[in-house]
Amino acid sequence: MKAGDGQTTYGLQIQPRMGFFTDTSICIGCKACEVACKEWNLVPEDGLEWTGHSYDNTGALDANTWRHVAFVEQQVDDGLRWLMSSDVCKHCTHAGCLDVCPTGAITRTEFGTVVIQDDVCNGCGYCVTACPFGVISKREIGGDGGMHKCTLCYDRLEDGLEPACAKACPTKSIQFGPVDELLARAEGRVEELHEAGVGDARLYLADETDGVGGGGAFFLLLDRPEVYGLPPDPVDPTKHLGEAWGAALAAGAALVAGALVAFLGGRR
Amino acid sequence: MTSYYGRPIIKEPVWKPEIPTYFFTGGLAGGAALLTLGARLSGNDVLARRALAVNTAAITVSPLLLIKDLGRPKLFYNMLRVFKVTSPMSVGTWIVSASGTASGVAAACEVTGLLPRVKRAAEGVAGALAPFLSTYTAALVADSVVPAWHEARRELPFVFAGGSAASAGGAVAALTPSRAAGPARRLAIVGGALELAATKAMEDGLGELVGEPYRTGLGGTLSKGAKAATAAGTALMALAGRRRVGAVAAGALLCTGALLERFAVYHAGKASALDPRYTSVPQRERTGRLTQR
Repeated sequence: MKAGDGQTTYGLQIQPRMGFFTDTSICIGCKACEVACKEWNLVPEDGLEWTGHSYDNTGALDANTWRHVAFVEQQVDDGLRWLMSSDVCKHCTHAGCLDVCPTGAITRTEFGTVVIQDDVCNGCGYCVTACPFGVISKREIGGDGGMHKCTLCYDRLEDGLEPACAKACPTKSIQFGPVDELLARAEGRVEELHEAGVGDARLYLADETDGVGGGGAFFLLLDRPEVYGLPPDPVDPTKHLGEAWGAALAAGAALVAGALVAFLGGRR
Repeated sequence: MTSYYGRPIIKEPVWKPEIPTYFFTGGLAGGAALLTLGARLSGNDVLARRALAVNTAAITVSPLLLIKDLGRPKLFYNMLRVFKVTSPMSVGTWIVSASGTASGVAAACEVTGLLPRVKRAAEGVAGALAPFLSTYTAALVADSVVPAWHEARRELPFVFAGGSAASAGGAVAALTPSRAAGPARRLAIVGGALELAATKAMEDGLGELVGEPYRTGLGGTLSKGAKAATAAGTALMALAGRRRVGAVAAGALLCTGALLERFAVYHAGKASALDPRYTSVPQRERTGRLTQR
């Protein structure tokens, strides 16, 4: 079903898949996205520490950091190159966290985004082990105990607003919109950069054939993903669950065979 | 290898030691349920009674460990909202619930001497669920991005099945008079051998890099301890298991080995999540032949 063609579901108009295109080539590292996200979503303060890692004092995405700006300092021929990139939950097409959640707390919204329902999550932590990007973690602050991550500002989307981070971004490094429109724009931008001599520009998670089926949030990077702390070839672990279940059944059969040997196999 | 200030790419699992302890008690309960059913079917009530006791004790402790580990223990019942085959934890919740109920009913009948047919049926249900109870936890940890678990997905269920048989056989043999304990001893020996062989196959299969957390650090130490205890317990059960004191020592060693192996897997997984090499190097190698986009 195509969105925007007037079709309805449960009485509501079908929504297009919404997402982020983060163009790191124009990120200036202002961290307005981090601040806007914290403010709007009431994400608690989780410590103010100096890491010594360039201007990055947030460190990584987690339960209390839903936008994270990475700062990479690289030695190049004519001096120093500074890469900045605002990272976020990828809202994967094949989302490991959603697949493994045993309570159904993690759901996909009408916008194609992935959201944790806080009142359902019982803090089992399985999603933490299933995210190829290390996005989700447990919030310990205030005895919360639940798992948290970016909601792509689900509340704002329902009111027709753009997410707080995209709204606050002063350079339009963070772009919000229907994913198919963003993809077209991103491909144009890569071409533009290649023509301008930036041969390293590449898209990350913009390919629906990758291990997570592409991201609802994807990126334009200027170096290899691992330079920014991103996995080079992320895969939804559930893709291989058939092998694990098959092995578990075979091992269960081996256990039964062992018991048969134990009962039938001797007179001692 | 390049990384972002050496920081992890994936998150360290948040599970506490209750979880590997449960992997042990769940396996113990599964193996003991099989022994209970086999003993009852073969008319060995002396053995069946002990096996049922071990099974019931282990399956009673299991959900307590699981609930204690939750970030929000009061909401544990939300596990029963859905049944999802894409979530081994969801499937496992139902297996543990059904198995625990069956064992509880069987134990109540055994103690009171009432409803013998219900007891047999309940033992049958627990026995039928036992192979799943003993191995689903391996599929659970394998269905993750943690390299030391995910890449071991084909072998890990056999490690857990072996540990289940070894610990249950060992524990029940230790509690049962020697003349009635033959099947428990044999299950312990078969299980110990399977656990050792499967662990070796798993560590070899993981290869030089991803197998490292099973050879070094805390995971490596625990793994070595597990192998030593399981090997000693298996040998002792074979040589001296018919003497009660031998069976008790062998049973203790086999249970120790199975418990240490679960903790080895747990800590190897944590170590493999904390170091970005284990995530990014294999991924880079498999994409290396593709052109960079």
